[in-house]
Amino acid sequence: MMASSYSAKEEDGHHPGASGAGGAAANGRKPDNTAFKQQRLPAWQPILTAGTVLPAFFAIGLIFIPIGIGLYVTSNNIKEFEIDYTGTDTSSPCFSCYQNFSWNSTLPCKCSLPFSLDQPFESNVFMYYGLSNFYQNHRRYVKSRDDSHLNGNLYSLTHPSKECEPYAHRDNVPVAPCGAIANSMFNDTMELFFVHPNETRSQIPLKRKGIAWWTDKHVKFRNPGGNGDNLTAAFQGTTYPVNWHKPVYELDADPENNGFINEDFIVWMRTAALPTFRKLYRIIEKKSSMTPTLPSGNYTLEVTYNYPVHSFDGRKRMILSTISWMGGKNPFLGIAYITVGSVCFFLGVVLLLIHHKYGNRSSSPDIAS
Amino acid sequence: MARQAEETGAKGSDAKKQKKKKSKKESKTRTVRANILYDRAKGEENPNRHYASNKIKTTKYTLLSFLPKNLFEQFHRFANVYFVFIALLNFVPVVNAFQPELALAPVVFILSVTAIKDLWEDYRRHRSDKEINHMDCLVYNRNERRYMEKYWKEVRVGDFIRLRCNEILPADVLLLSSSDPDGLCHIETATLDGETNLKQRQVVRSFIDLDCEFDPSKYNSVIECEKPNNDLNRFRGYIIHRSGRRDGLYKVNLLLRGCTIRNTEEAVGIVIYAGHETKAMLNNNGPRYKRSRLERQMNVDVFWCVIILLVMCLFSATGHGLWMFQYGDKRPVFDVLSPEGTGLSPVLSAIYLFLTMIIVFQVLIPISLFVSIEIVKICQVYFIHQDVDLYDEETDSHLQCRALNITEDLGQMQYIFSDKTGTLTDNKMVFRRCTVAGVEYSHDANAKRLAMYQEVDSEEEECTSHGGTLPRRESVGSHQSSKVVLRSHSTKSHRRTGSRAEAKRASILSKHTAFSSPMEKDITPDPQLMDKVNEGATQMEFMRFHSQPLSQLPSDLSDIIDFFIALTICNTVVVSSPNQPRQKVRLKSPVKTIEDFIKRFTPSRLTSGSNSSSLSSLVTNRSSSNRGCSSILSSPSAESTLTKLNEERLQTGRGTSPGLLEHAFSPVPTTTLRYEAESPDEAALVYAARAYKCSLVGRLPDQVTMELPHLGKLSFELLHTIGFDSTRKRMSVVVRHPLTDQITVYTKGADSVVMDLIRPPTDDTKGKRQKKILYKTQHYLNLYAADGLRTLCIAKKVLSKEEYAGWLRRHLEAETAIHSREELLFESALRLETNLHLLGATGIEDRLQDGVPETIASLRKAGLQIWVLTGDKQETAINIAYACRLLEPEEELITLNAESQDACAMLLEETTTSSSTAPFLVHRLGLVIDGRTLAYALDKSLEDKFLAVARSCRSVLCCRSTPLQKSMVVKLVRNKLKVMTLAIGDGANDVSMIQVADVGVGISGQEGMQAVMASDFALPRFRYLQKLLLVHGHWCYSRLANMILYFFYKNAMFVALIFWYQFYCGFSGSPMIDQWYLIFFNLMFSAFPQLITGTLDKDVSAETLQELPQLYMSGQNSEEYKPYMFWMNMIDAFYQSLICFFIPYFAYADSDVDLFTWGTPITTLALFTILLHLGIETKTWVREHTLVILFFAVALGYNASCPTCYSPSNPYWTMQRLLGDPLFYLLCLVTPLAAVLPRYFYRACQGSLFPSPVQVGRQLDKLPPDTRRNLLSLNRMKVGSLSSLSGEPSDFYRNV
Repeated sequence: MMASSYSAKEEDGHHPGASGAGGAAANGRKPDNTAFKQQRLPAWQPILTAGTVLPAFFAIGLIFIPIGIGLYVTSNNIKEFEIDYTGTDTSSPCFSCYQNFSWNSTLPCKCSLPFSLDQPFESNVFMYYGLSNFYQNHRRYVKSRDDSHLNGNLYSLTHPSKECEPYAHRDNVPVAPCGAIANSMFNDTMELFFVHPNETRSQIPLKRKGIAWWTDKHVKFRNPGGNGDNLTAAFQGTTYPVNWHKPVYELDADPENNGFINEDFIVWMRTAALPTFRKLYRIIEKKSSMTPTLPSGNYTLEVTYNYPVHSFDGRKRMILSTISWMGGKNPFLGIAYITVGSVCFFLGVVLLLIHHKYGNRSSSPDIAS
Repeated sequence: MARQAEETGAKGSDAKKQKKKKSKKESKTRTVRANILYDRAKGEENPNRHYASNKIKTTKYTLLSFLPKNLFEQFHRFANVYFVFIALLNFVPVVNAFQPELALAPVVFILSVTAIKDLWEDYRRHRSDKEINHMDCLVYNRNERRYMEKYWKEVRVGDFIRLRCNEILPADVLLLSSSDPDGLCHIETATLDGETNLKQRQVVRSFIDLDCEFDPSKYNSVIECEKPNNDLNRFRGYIIHRSGRRDGLYKVNLLLRGCTIRNTEEAVGIVIYAGHETKAMLNNNGPRYKRSRLERQMNVDVFWCVIILLVMCLFSATGHGLWMFQYGDKRPVFDVLSPEGTGLSPVLSAIYLFLTMIIVFQVLIPISLFVSIEIVKICQVYFIHQDVDLYDEETDSHLQCRALNITEDLGQMQYIFSDKTGTLTDNKMVFRRCTVAGVEYSHDANAKRLAMYQEVDSEEEECTSHGGTLPRRESVGSHQSSKVVLRSHSTKSHRRTGSRAEAKRASILSKHTAFSSPMEKDITPDPQLMDKVNEGATQMEFMRFHSQPLSQLPSDLSDIIDFFIALTICNTVVVSSPNQPRQKVRLKSPVKTIEDFIKRFTPSRLTSGSNSSSLSSLVTNRSSSNRGCSSILSSPSAESTLTKLNEERLQTGRGTSPGLLEHAFSPVPTTTLRYEAESPDEAALVYAARAYKCSLVGRLPDQVTMELPHLGKLSFELLHTIGFDSTRKRMSVVVRHPLTDQITVYTKGADSVVMDLIRPPTDDTKGKRQKKILYKTQHYLNLYAADGLRTLCIAKKVLSKEEYAGWLRRHLEAETAIHSREELLFESALRLETNLHLLGATGIEDRLQDGVPETIASLRKAGLQIWVLTGDKQETAINIAYACRLLEPEEELITLNAESQDACAMLLEETTTSSSTAPFLVHRLGLVIDGRTLAYALDKSLEDKFLAVARSCRSVLCCRSTPLQKSMVVKLVRNKLKVMTLAIGDGANDVSMIQVADVGVGISGQEGMQAVMASDFALPRFRYLQKLLLVHGHWCYSRLANMILYFFYKNAMFVALIFWYQFYCGFSGSPMIDQWYLIFFNLMFSAFPQLITGTLDKDVSAETLQELPQLYMSGQNSEEYKPYMFWMNMIDAFYQSLICFFIPYFAYADSDVDLFTWGTPITTLALFTILLHLGIETKTWVREHTLVILFFAVALGYNASCPTCYSPSNPYWTMQRLLGDPLFYLLCLVTPLAAVLPRYFYRACQGSLFPSPVQVGRQLDKLPPDTRRNLLSLNRMKVGSLSSLSGEPSDFYRNV
């Protein structure tokens, strides 16, 4: 062990402490009488007894329960609508797509799903796609990317990291973007139509930008050679991933949202924590304060079914949700606060009883004297 | 003739030896020739060239070898190998979990911290080596024909070295010449064995008689000696002169490296062993390594952690295999193929995953625990060192921790084995009583004076304790082995003996006066005995003057005179004068010259004994006796006779040698002589004799000079000194009595052995008288022992010339024997010490040290069993035991004294049955066992019974035990009862016991440093044991125990978080916690607060711990760290990790959170939880706990540092974003609270419902001082206070 090689020299006269200020005094080896060396540093010494912790329990209870209620109410005020369009059910419009579509299919499969909203969505609505049973957090999957490649590094573009293997090269041509995450990018397209009572459909404008983290879009992801117009040239000498149907510079027409800085792509590249997850797809912005963003009524979701989930029994969902200051709809935290608060309160009562029964003999000064 | 005989003997044995050697191996000896015989230029011919040079190198590494060698050494630790294995596993692509370089970081960190520490130590060693290597010494130069200054490192075997007073020896040197006319050289061996008394070394016999100064250029002898070895007390060899003559070389001829030359102006010697081959260097072994009990327990739990780790890995691997299997051939997109594009079978990937999981879960085996423990222990040692309460003003010494890694063992002791003399007592011997020729002299005045001393002293001590100028020791260069201590020679100061304390302190400080505090020196003589001494001396003087045979002296008077002669000369005391410290008193008296004259004319001792004896009887120094004695005579008549006598004698004296006697006035008044004895008993006896005007004035190797009243200075030719050893328990000197010219043996020793050797003469009257004296003396001896005095018997024996010659022949044979010389000498001693004539006995008091009874009482209250193992007599030991409250008067004593194995068995049987039939007596028993019985009891067949008896007794006292028995007892108790043992002692006889015990404590007291060298802790006084154990032991134990438990908990909790996640990531080994946090979590974020707690936490204040020794029992019973606590902690860890995992899980379920944005809050939560947990377990919060903020600082910095690095987590801006998210704060509030709630609640309930004694102590701490004092005094009065504290706290409170 380390100490075994520690020489005994310290003990024989000049060890670190002895040569302090007192060293000049008559007693050369007398240790200094300081609070630190004599281990008398001022310190707070809490003693845990029923009496002393009692206030803490009640305080926690009294603080947590209102917070919990507040959170619960906030969460309940959030409006959320969810529709599963996987098509596992034979009655589903997407059933045929679900059955037949695979990564090799070249022809897009389209299906449209009608749904209705009972209540209007007042504020900005966030449109998510949700996947279930998709292990985006698989260890090898998470690793299968090259950040410097995505940052527009020209060398990395043509020499993808080995972490990307086996999705780094296709027929010896470097793949851009490389890696399994990019390769498995979600590529269903969804369009939302409001069905007026007169059966006419009007497409709801979906905002494509502003769905990714600002730092991702502007710092982490960059197109090679800067975000210039000529992306095709920038990606010269690379090919698109095997599961894709178009090169990366054709993801969007908007040059601000194309190539590696395509926000759908960026969102996908942020690997989800859990196998059931949702990812922001579009934002429906509130247009005026007078009309709700999505009034109640019938809607149709048009899906271009490009993404097969059959192989892993996955589910695909479209979610519409408003958000509050604490994020999406999730009553759990409120419940957790209420529960913890109640438990604390209850334990506080128990401690009060204990204190009442046994604590009288406890050695608080006034009793002792 | 004698010399010739000796030589032939030596030759014979040497020849034999050589034959033997040659038949075996040539290289068993070392041959040293003088270097000056060989030219430096033709160095190859020098036969000494193969021997090590004097350059020392204690460094382990060189610049080149450092890295490989250090790494190699570090890999001897299993933990390091394990961590390196894991780090390397990361380099295998299929199983790697982290960036391989990053995974190396912690292990590299650990290794480099250790390496830097080693390097620093090595550098320090290098520096001190350099300093020592570059010290100067005088070496004879062949070309210049004089001594030249050279560095130590240039000294070579075969060089001649000239040493001056107070110089330090650079190598092991054979003494060839000394400025001392007797060929003596004094050395101080404090750096080797810590003994501060001077030791005499002698010039090699054939060089003593050189008339002129030793000239190295004429030296051409060859030295044959043994190979270098580490035995400081043995040196054998012989020197072959050109003439072919051989002389034996012994230990007394060798000066050892590191010693200091004292009292000798100049000495010349030839280097025999140099550098690393010197005995001092060979003796140097580093500090001991012991493994503490806590660490052993910890290792068991580390093993459990390994099992938990393997189970978790297996579970994950199976899970992964099944998860893979459910997909069958449908390969989902997220199942990434191997780089080659092929898929893995579920079984294969499960196997790979198993290895990956080991990497991911590696944190479970706490890599930082080992380092943290080392750091905490070093801090603990530092704090123990710094404790001002463990500092002894008198000796200017404080506690030394010599073993650095068993501090926590101090808190778990169950048995204390203590030596008595010097440990419980002061080992400052005071002569109290004596009996001579069957008459007891009680020395009552002495006892009264002693009592007065103490009173006066306590007052004086207060005023002088601030006294200023004490001589300070300056250590110039210290070195591991040969610490070179140069002393400033400011010894004058300590003669201003204002008070005893001052003097005592000064004397110990300067270490120039061993065992000579005023206490021992000032002895008020018993008037009755004084008269008799005077009478005897006068009569002898008269008889001598009238040439009457001295045998006509009344036997009681002759016995008294002989008794004092024996007290004075039967020892090894060295005389020095305080005016010129360390300067031997030179007697430039006729004695010397006449003696020299005799010597010259009688080349061998035996012949001088047979024919020229009359000369030596002339040797007296009347003048000084005149001065010294006249004043003390009380009766005027006696005075007048004396003066008359003196005048007459003076004239005759002048007649014989007028010129010489003129110089006889000794310049040094005898009263200021200092005696330096090897043992305090000797000093006490010599001082006692001096009180009776029988003073020792000089000691030379072959002559002792003493001064007697009326008789003046007498020089005894010292023929042999047969030293003390623990088997014989006695020492003898063989002298030629200057008055009777008889060869006389004076023996002094333990009464048990000496009394057996007494043979009363066979003729009736004398024999009867002797028997009567014998009987009376025995009676008084028993009385002395009952008073707790150490007893010694003094005896003499007169040898006829023939007897002596016969004995001498065999003794010389023994002396010159090379093989089994020790045994032969021992037998020779036994042959000599027979048929003795009893002179008397002495009783010496060994005073208890301050605070011993209180310390023992409080240690006992702390639940420690105290056994005292002593070499003393049973009665003495029992009395001391009563005095120090080891035995209480109301206790029933069981005394085991058996003569045989069977008797011992019977006794033990009896005791067991009696104690079992009377169980109500069990705790009131004390066991006393003597050495012989102990030997039987320690036999395999009886040891269990003995232990059973001993356990039923409250205290055990083993008397008359040998060092070996002491260690056997400790070993027996340790191994059979499985308890923690502490052995405390101060002398060489305790070394084996100290080494055997779990913790060895040495008292750095009077008897040298051997015990300290062997010990783990060295204390200046016994009473410091109380604070060391009760406070520091308790703290160290509870801190470390809590820290270890906490480490296990912390890592388990952290790892479990990842384990739960495996259920949600297909058991793919994916951590949601950023790998940097994961790896540095243990190393940094959670380790700092823990280290602070581990070093500074105080569960109970020092005052309370000392006032309530019962609190110590929590350590004895390992209450802070019981095996079940590990599992409780594990369960708590799993609960907390469940909370910390699932609250964020549900809070973020089905959201768009990404892997590491979700993992970071979990890390933060876990950290908060872990710190809250620490907060609950910590008893004192200090400001340093605010270091938590560090995590956020690091995290923010890390998250902002690089947008594209740290693949795969790439945590750019994650923390910053989280800090803007209210959900993060909400989680951070509720989760840690929910996680620690059960523990918090449990602790609160425990504090109220069933507080542990330690908690009660802590509550006491909080009370105002007055209330606390009242409480404690109440508590102390209650007999069953202990039960009220530990068992029923309510009782304790009810008292309030």
